Amino acid sequence: MNHYPQAWGRPRDDVYGPYDSSYLKTSMPTTHTQSPAVTGTSVLGVKFKDGVVIAADNLASYGSLARFTDVKRLRTFPPNTVIGFGGDVSDMQYLDRLLQSLDIRENYLSSSEHTLNAKNLHTYLSKVMYKRRSDFNPLWNMMLVAGLDDDEKPFLASVDLLGTTFSSPTLATGFGAHLAQPLLRKLMPNDEESVKDVTKEMAIEAVKASLKVLFYRDARSMDKYSIAVVTKDGVELKEDEKLENQSWAFADQIRGYGTQTA
Amino acid sequence: MTSIGTGYDLSNSVFSPDGRNFQVEYAVKAVENGNTCIGIRTRHGVVLACEKIISSKLLKPGTNKRISTVDRNSGVVCSGLLPDARHLTSRARDEASSWRQTYKAPIPISALASRMGGYVQAYTLYSSVRPFGVTAILGGWDSETELGVDGQVGFGPKVGAGGKFEEEAVKRGGPGLYMIEPSGLYWGYYGAATGKGRQAAKAELEKLDLGSPTCPLTLKEAVMEAARIIYVAHEDSKDKEFELEMSWISALDGPTKGRHEQVPQELLEEAEKAAKKSLEGEDEDEDEEDAMQE
Repeated sequence: MNHYPQAWGRPRDDVYGPYDSSYLKTSMPTTHTQSPAVTGTSVLGVKFKDGVVIAADNLASYGSLARFTDVKRLRTFPPNTVIGFGGDVSDMQYLDRLLQSLDIRENYLSSSEHTLNAKNLHTYLSKVMYKRRSDFNPLWNMMLVAGLDDDEKPFLASVDLLGTTFSSPTLATGFGAHLAQPLLRKLMPNDEESVKDVTKEMAIEAVKASLKVLFYRDARSMDKYSIAVVTKDGVELKEDEKLENQSWAFADQIRGYGTQTA
Repeated sequence: MTSIGTGYDLSNSVFSPDGRNFQVEYAVKAVENGNTCIGIRTRHGVVLACEKIISSKLLKPGTNKRISTVDRNSGVVCSGLLPDARHLTSRARDEASSWRQTYKAPIPISALASRMGGYVQAYTLYSSVRPFGVTAILGGWDSETELGVDGQVGFGPKVGAGGKFEEEAVKRGGPGLYMIEPSGLYWGYYGAATGKGRQAAKAELEKLDLGSPTCPLTLKEAVMEAARIIYVAHEDSKDKEFELEMSWISALDGPTKGRHEQVPQELLEEAEKAAKKSLEGEDEDEDEEDAMQE
């Protein structure tokens, strides 16, 4: 008897000769979610005085292959929460089901008065994500939770595969954190205090402009996107939008890589 | 018809010589004393209503709900023993959630009725348990549009290989109303009533002609009718105060967007007002009718 689990239950080498274990797997079982497979790119979110705007494009990439082009990455939780998912799409589907069943159960307890708001869902989600990363089996997602909190104030916060959470009047995940966030922050020169000066139209405009920049410069992005506006009146979700007014005309004038002129 | 079974009524699951299970029939008696509950099914949705007797002024109005939601698109209201009702609804919720776990979609109302019926029937099979002292009315709406499975992110190609043929899509979904009795027996209904005032309520439901394909009743009218019927059914126990509780379910394009919800306060009040008014109006006629019948 030795201390190696792979040798347990096998004939003893010193009696029967060396055991041919070449066909046996010696490592852990194959796992599939230890790295993302089919992924979604950035999610953008901006607060405005009456609510939040959130957007994500409709692409799910398989590595560099733009594999699925009608993937809806914004999920609504009535009456007034939207969650935007980036990262692994299969994990997003799992989380979506998890949150749906939570939502159903929660509504049983509170027939009319209290319902799950964005803040509750964000807290729950952060606990799930932190537990999974602590098990070394993370859910490979970066998410933005947009909606209203207990006082019906705009709520926008992020949570990622590490269980890290933070909040800000404008947020973006993935590539968007580098490209869109600086643009969105122009809306909010004084951070949280600026939120009251931002109208719904301004917020939508800024998000659309940022999506365009992301389409120009993120190779895992697409020009079709979903956008949702959350206010006290509910969620207004549009899932088949297309980027407008792209600027490509200048490309005609560009020749070669430096010295070529004609 | 003997209602006392000389020794055959002492244990559940025992057949009497004429093939009856007396314990189940006694459970029915518990229901017959319960609060009146009704369900109305129209083309546009389902309305559930129940009468809650106010046994004490110390009870807070608008609380102690008797109609409960199962999943998102169905509701259950029971008359009989309240704790039994709670147990049965809890089981219905478990069934609905396990259906979702397996099929990634909401449970069809017919399947939920069958699961509930099966569960209740199991409590007529053993002497170690007693039958349910409740009759449950289950109402719901099966989504008529093609819903993706839970967590589905896209719809795949619109044309070509793997594309969908819209013209071949069958009309599906719609309203469902079922009543489950202590024996486990359940049927689908156009209108269902149970509890103390069931006879009066049934008579009123029959007048509505709900089964006819040309029945013009809208969902809002069904709410008004449901309130009126509960008030009519309450006539026999006029001395007791009661509170009306109502819920409704409509299609995705209806007022509840495919969900089971409490009837909004304003509509509830409007319905109650109309119900009271119609009763006052009828009082004089009814007295004459009663005299004639006797």
